[in-house]
Amino acid sequence: MQTFTQRLANPTQFMGLSARLLPWVAGLAAAIIAYGLYLAFFVAPPDYLQGEIARIMFVHVPSAWIAMAGYALIAVSAFGLLVFRHPLADVAAKAAAPIGAAFTFLALFTGSLWGKPAWGTYWVWDARLTSVLILFFLYLGLIALRSSIDDETLASKLTAILALVGIVMLPIIKFSVDWGNTLHQPSSVLKLSGPTIHSSILTPLLVMGAGFLVLFVAMHLKAMRNEILRRRVKALQLAEVARAASQVVAPAE
Amino acid sequence: MSGFFTLVGRDLRLAVRQGGALGTALGFYLVVVAMLPLGLGADLKLLSRIAPGVLWIALLLSALLSLGRVFESDYEDGSLDVLATGPLPLELVAAAKALAHWISTSVPLALLAPVLGILLNLELVAYPALVATMLIGTPAVSFLGAIGAALTLTARRGGLLIALLVLPLYVPTLIFGIAAISAMLGPDDVAPPLLILTAISLGAIVLGPLAAAAALRTQMQ
Repeated sequence: MQTFTQRLANPTQFMGLSARLLPWVAGLAAAIIAYGLYLAFFVAPPDYLQGEIARIMFVHVPSAWIAMAGYALIAVSAFGLLVFRHPLADVAAKAAAPIGAAFTFLALFTGSLWGKPAWGTYWVWDARLTSVLILFFLYLGLIALRSSIDDETLASKLTAILALVGIVMLPIIKFSVDWGNTLHQPSSVLKLSGPTIHSSILTPLLVMGAGFLVLFVAMHLKAMRNEILRRRVKALQLAEVARAASQVVAPAE
Repeated sequence: MSGFFTLVGRDLRLAVRQGGALGTALGFYLVVVAMLPLGLGADLKLLSRIAPGVLWIALLLSALLSLGRVFESDYEDGSLDVLATGPLPLELVAAAKALAHWISTSVPLALLAPVLGILLNLELVAYPALVATMLIGTPAVSFLGAIGAALTLTARRGGLLIALLVLPLYVPTLIFGIAAISAMLGPDDVAPPLLILTAISLGAIVLGPLAAAAALRTQMQ
């Protein structure tokens, strides 16, 4: 009896399953985000202090959530590669890195646009901004390390080690930049005492968060499929070269 | 354990007799610190205010410069393979090399810092604090740096890559190093940042050799 993850270890099974799932996941992402945007623009009231500009929150906050979730996914995949040698784990980690980096950049960029009217400046060295910026650097490090090693199996293992080092260091980095005072408002959704936002804003925010999550899953599935296809093409090309080489050698004998 | 200290001794002797490496790092440290007043303007008040930060950042960069050598020459001439097949676990080999890097590079850089402090008009009362935080914090620099050195051993453009991989990991050391200095100079309690700085260094001494050895093992198969 195979578990679900063991069955997925066969890339052909994964390709079949993901081909069937992908249109539904992508469609669901589009529908949820469309509904979330409707709620964000027409249902949620403008902020009593900041006015309409506060609506940027509905893109900014979900991006930051996905940025963190993406790194967690990479770390879990790295663990799956190093410990269980799951063949899809490396594909998952490789595909997630650029997408996660893009969401991290989106969080920084929208935060910067929001900071100008709210704080009067595009950038401050506040604790939360700094830790997201360092998260972005960690993503860049993963991508750069992978791209500068030619041997793909070697690159995937070394990147996995780096990802695990990063996930160990991230809480320490977060704690150290929180040491100073922070200008950014503290987290107001995830709290033991319950969220401190009114439901008219919280609902669109959570809908957008769900939409971004499904969007990430759709993009990740697509990127994983592309990566598997790329590896197949490469294997075919190598086989072609080997065959051509053996034909050249054969008549000389 | 004697193998561990033999290896540390060998690396230290190599660092001294091959020459050049330590001198280059110290020279780089001196040049970077000397360039800063030229770029920022020679306002003595400003310089003395930013001096601890400048000295710390320049120390990180100088130590980075020499990290590439930690495993490289041994990997190229095959000694690393001999060490890997020997009785000493690869984790301890990595720890010995990181320790040798700390003694041969980080400690001299930390001891040079007060001399460069004169160039930056650093107040005299800050000197003990500066050297103390650097001696406590630099094990993290060498041991976390060993991870970067091991990961980039077979990579193209390894030198630049180490900086991108390792500098973000130095953020906690930098922040608490500076916090400890300003606490010593100001009214704040100095114990918390100093203790956390010590904890980061001790954590790095554990994490660094484990991750570096895993990376080395992957590349030597």
